[in-house]
Amino acid sequence: MTVTESPPRDAATDRWSSGVIPYAQMGYWEPDYVPKDTDVLCAFRITPQEGVAPEEAAAAVAGESSTATWTVVWTDRLTAHEHYQAKAYKVDPVPGTPGQYIALIAYALDLFEEGSIANLTSSIIGNVFGFKALRALRLEDMRIPLHYVNTFQGPPHGIVMEREYLNKYGRPLLGATTKPKLGLSARNYGRVVYEALRGGLDFTKDDENINSQPFMRWRDRYLASMEAVNKAMAETGEIKGHYLNVTAGDMESMYERAEFAKELGSVIVMLDLTVGYTAMTSMSKWARRNGVLLHLHRAGHGTYTRQKTHGVSFRVIAKWCRLLGVDHIHAGTVVGKLEGDPNMVRGYYDTLRNGFVQRDPMHGIYFDQDWGSMPGVMPVASGGIHAGQTHQLIHYLGEDTVLQFGGGTIGHPMGVAAGATANRTAVELIVQARNEGRDYFTEGPEILRAAGRWCAPLRAALDVWGDISFNYESTDTPDVATTATPA
Amino acid sequence: MHVTQGTFSYLPPLTDAQVKAQVQYALDNGWALSVEFTDDPHPRNFLWDMWGLPMFDLRDPAAILLEVQRCRDTYPARYIRVNAYDRTLGRQTTALSFIVQRPKNEPGFRLDRQEGADRQVRYTLHAYAADRPPGERYDD
Repeated sequence: MTVTESPPRDAATDRWSSGVIPYAQMGYWEPDYVPKDTDVLCAFRITPQEGVAPEEAAAAVAGESSTATWTVVWTDRLTAHEHYQAKAYKVDPVPGTPGQYIALIAYALDLFEEGSIANLTSSIIGNVFGFKALRALRLEDMRIPLHYVNTFQGPPHGIVMEREYLNKYGRPLLGATTKPKLGLSARNYGRVVYEALRGGLDFTKDDENINSQPFMRWRDRYLASMEAVNKAMAETGEIKGHYLNVTAGDMESMYERAEFAKELGSVIVMLDLTVGYTAMTSMSKWARRNGVLLHLHRAGHGTYTRQKTHGVSFRVIAKWCRLLGVDHIHAGTVVGKLEGDPNMVRGYYDTLRNGFVQRDPMHGIYFDQDWGSMPGVMPVASGGIHAGQTHQLIHYLGEDTVLQFGGGTIGHPMGVAAGATANRTAVELIVQARNEGRDYFTEGPEILRAAGRWCAPLRAALDVWGDISFNYESTDTPDVATTATPA
Repeated sequence: MHVTQGTFSYLPPLTDAQVKAQVQYALDNGWALSVEFTDDPHPRNFLWDMWGLPMFDLRDPAAILLEVQRCRDTYPARYIRVNAYDRTLGRQTTALSFIVQRPKNEPGFRLDRQEGADRQVRYTLHAYAADRPPGERYDD
C-alpha cells in the first residue's frame, strides 16, 4: 500500500466509496500545500513499518491526529472537511538514518480550543502513537502560531518580573534541592533549608517526590521551611525562597496547600509535571492571581522525551509549559548527571526564554517560533552539578537560569552553609570575569582556584568535586551533526 | 552582618578598576548606568534614592565613576549601588546591580515573629538602622 504504486482511481467517486482507502488519497497528503501563518505546524519523526511508503505514513499521522478514522465515512461530506483535515506537506529522509523520516504536518487553527493544552495535545498526540502502520513516532517540534499563542497568558510572572520581585539581577539564581529526598523530619528539613539559604543560595527546593508522606506531612514541612527562609533573610538582607511542593493527589488538596504556602508568605510554590496539563494550567492561574512564583519539576518526562525515535521531544514540552504558564522549568544542565546534548539544551533554553526563536536544525529547532510578548520561563539546571563547573554552566546556559546544586551544596565537607557560599562565590566570580571580557570558559578553573585562597569553602568544594564529570554520550542529539557531551 | 544584595556581594569589595570594568561591560551592551543610595537596606526596599537621573547619554566609564565618587563623598556611610538598565523590548528592566559602598558597621535585621493559631507565624524583617530617622541611621 504505497502512494506511488496505487492503481489510478477516480478521485471524485472513489474517495467516498465505503471501505478502506489510503490516507494519502483521502486528502491528508498534500505536497503542494503552502502552510498558512495561522496553522499549527508539527514535525514528526516517523519510522514506518516495512512496505509502508513514508508519504502514506505521514498522511496517516495527519489523518489520525485530525479528522480521519480507519475507513471512509460519508458524514465527512456534511462538513467543510478540507479545512479540518490536517495536511502532511513534506516528508524528508533523516540523513544517515535509514527508515526514519521527518514529516511536516499543518493543522488549521480552529482545530484547537483556545487556551487548552489538554485539547491541543489530545488532538496532536492523542491517537497516533499507537498506530500499527508505524513502528515508531516522535513529535520533534511544533510551530505554535502567534494567533494561538495569544490565547494563553503564559508564565504567571516570567523572568523579568521574577527578578524584580526577588531584587536579583545580573547573575544566575542559585538553588538546591533538599537532600536526602526522603525521611527527613520537618525540623531536620528546616535545618537544611536554613543553612543553604543563609550560606548564599537564593532558593531551596522540595524534591519531586516530597509531597506529604508519613515521615513528614506537608503542613509541618511548610512551617519549618518558612521559619528557615525568614531566618536566612534576616541574616543576609536578601529575599529568599523555598519551592514548597504543592503536588497532591487531587486539585482541591493542591489548592489547599498552595493557599497555605501563600498565607505563610512564601514567594514560590512548585508542581510536578505528573499532575497533568490541566492541573498545571489551573495552578498557573492561581499563581498569577496570588502573586506566587510557580516552579515546575519535569518529573517523568524522560519516559517520553529521551528516546530519539519515540515520544515527544522536550522542546515541545517546553513550549506547552510556556504556554500554559510556569515561571521555572527544569531544562537540562549539559554537564550534569542527566541527559542533555549541549545543542539540544540550547534549543530548549532558547524556546523557554526568547521572544523569537529561529529555525535551527543544529539546536533541534524545526520552525521559527514567534512568542509575541509572552514572558520567558526561567530554565532550571539541576542534577549532578557543582561549583567547579560554574564557568561551563554559565557558558552553556547563560544568566537567566537557576543553577541548582543539591548534592553540590549539601554534600560540602564544611557543611551546608559553606557549600552554598562556595557556589554563590563561584557564580559571582565567573560573572565578574565574563563581564570583564576575560576568556572565562578557558580560564574558569584558574579563576576559581585562585579565589580559593580567600574563600575556604570554595577551595574545599574544588578539592572534593573538582574532577567529577559525567561523560556519557547523549541519546537525543541533532540529526545534522554528532556532538559529544562536554566534560 | 553583611548585606548580600547585589550581583557581587560575595566577592571582596570591588576596586575602582573593577567597578569601571563592569561599567564598561554595561555600556558595551547599550545599557544606561545609574547610581542609587540608601540607608534603608530592607530587601524589599527597591526604591533607593536616585543620585540624579539614569545616565542615558553618558558613555564614558570614567565620567560614570566620577558620579559614583561624588555620591560616596556626599554619603560616606550609606549603601551605594550601581545599576545598569536594559531598555530593550522584552526586558525593560535592570540588567546588573551591584553595591559599591556600604556602611562600616552593618547592624542587620531583627526577625519579628507574630505567633498565631495552628502554629502559624507571621514574620517581619526589621532593619535595626531604621529605628532612627532617615539620614541619622549610620555614621554620617
